[in-house]
Amino acid sequence: MNIEIITSDVLNVVTLLFMAVTGIAIARIRNLFAVVMLSGIYSLMGATLYVILDAVDVAFTEAAVGAGASTVLMIGTLALTSARENATGSSQAIKAAIVCTFVGIALVYASLDMPYFGDPSAPIHHHVAPRYLNDSMAEIGLPNVVTSVLASYRGYDTMGEAFVIFTAAAGVITLIGRGRREKSPSERKTDSQNIMKRKIVLRVVSKLLIPFILLFGLYVQWHGDFGPGGGFQAGVIFGAAFILYGLIYGLGTLRAALPSWVTRVILALGVLLYAGTGVVSMIKDARFLDYNVLASTPTGGQHVGILLVEFGVGMTVFAAIVTIFCAFAGRAAADVNTVSDQGGAGND
Amino acid sequence: MEMILDIVSWVLITGGVIFCLIGGYGLISLKDFYARLHAASLIDTFGVGLIFIGLMFQAGFTLVTAKLILILAFIFFTSPTATHALARAAINHDVLPEVDTEEERELVRKTKTTTQGTP
Amino acid sequence: MTDLAFPGLINYWIVFLLMMIGLYIVIAHENLIKKIVGLNVFQVSVFVFYISMAKVKGGTAPILDGTIEVFSNPLPHVLILTAIVVGVATTALGLALVVRIQESYNTIEDNEIRDIEERED
Repeated sequence: MNIEIITSDVLNVVTLLFMAVTGIAIARIRNLFAVVMLSGIYSLMGATLYVILDAVDVAFTEAAVGAGASTVLMIGTLALTSARENATGSSQAIKAAIVCTFVGIALVYASLDMPYFGDPSAPIHHHVAPRYLNDSMAEIGLPNVVTSVLASYRGYDTMGEAFVIFTAAAGVITLIGRGRREKSPSERKTDSQNIMKRKIVLRVVSKLLIPFILLFGLYVQWHGDFGPGGGFQAGVIFGAAFILYGLIYGLGTLRAALPSWVTRVILALGVLLYAGTGVVSMIKDARFLDYNVLASTPTGGQHVGILLVEFGVGMTVFAAIVTIFCAFAGRAAADVNTVSDQGGAGND
Repeated sequence: MEMILDIVSWVLITGGVIFCLIGGYGLISLKDFYARLHAASLIDTFGVGLIFIGLMFQAGFTLVTAKLILILAFIFFTSPTATHALARAAINHDVLPEVDTEEERELVRKTKTTTQGTP
Repeated sequence: MTDLAFPGLINYWIVFLLMMIGLYIVIAHENLIKKIVGLNVFQVSVFVFYISMAKVKGGTAPILDGTIEVFSNPLPHVLILTAIVVGVATTALGLALVVRIQESYNTIEDNEIRDIEERED
């Protein structure tokens, strides 16, 4: 038997057991900061598991989105609400445990008909996947089959996904976008002086790293055709650089560098680019999102189309992440002002 | 030649794993918060560094080695900064180290007042 | 093939355990943020289940090389990529709602919110 296959199977089971232990810890711990950190660790172990299971694009996205963006958002929410949880009543816990046990037993019974893990003769590998793997090089010409399936063969689904991200950002703006009292110029000056004086290590290191983070985000965006990467991961990494800037230098400085109208325009421009590529295909007498007509050769057209739509997705994801973070951080500023004003301005 | 490269990378990766285990044991069993920070930094420097150098020997003189060097440089920049931010936040929220003599207590009080108010 | 016997169905069962832990957190705990974290745990376990079905033993990542013959199935990878991003969108909206609930009711425990609602009726 092949030693590599045995090792990867053992690693698979061991990582799953680690995740189970982390899940039980999340259920039992009542300090919410610890729970959020543990959920970040859980997502990161999920990303490791995806690498073991050969899903490198998915691992990239899970690490960036699940372990990165989700944890930041949850900590932002914790800053605005309480940090401890009340104890659960034992009757409710027992009832929930009974329900979960029964559902678990039903799932195990249902899984007895499934093909074994890793079976190459499972039905899932003989339907449409061989067509993608065999014909992708001839029809589209990109090495990364996941990108070609995501952006070209299943491009309609990805457009829907870009719209979902857009809607989520719009929803967050509607819910908590307002509520920030504008600081007077003298307040802003003392703020910036305080920040500049105290956080010298963080300032210097972040100034060193932010250009490279942005560069890496752009690399991931354009390299998604040849290796793991693509629009989603690139958008999150690019947005993470701006979030780091906002965390260290203050929300006001981030807003001065990236005004809110710019992020809103980029948010809309991304989905417009995606849908616009489809409309351009229709204008050239082909179906919606058929990239073959966008250049002189079909594969060239596919390359151009995939580049454009991935860039659209990257723009939307970047703007959504930055918008959501600024909405949460801006609400925190309003909260502090409300407390000190004895319930005055800042609450709507 | 292959054999020597394999042995060297085995030794380095095993050394890195041992340092990670030692750091993990220290994280659980040490009593003081700042001592636990020291144990965590052991993982971030020796553990990660030895494993990466072992991987570089496996990869040879290719693009993969260049990427590994860049990742290592990034980790060496960010993990001390994270430790610094943690220690600073702890001092500002009254998690004081356990010290024995009076002059060390004075030092702790002075550090607290100079970093006071940092978010 | 006998080398399919390990892990066979064992890792699917561990994934079901993870799913049930997530479900338990959502049902049994009252704190709204804990429920959202439990939902995340459930989501990640569902994704792991899906990607486990896509793996082919002896295969590798679906990036065409010219020399490799056996690949893992790329279609579930694409579907889960979409699902992960939709999951974080849902989490962000859920957390924004929690912030508003905290501002309105001054609590994020579900049973306390139900009590306040009943008293107001």
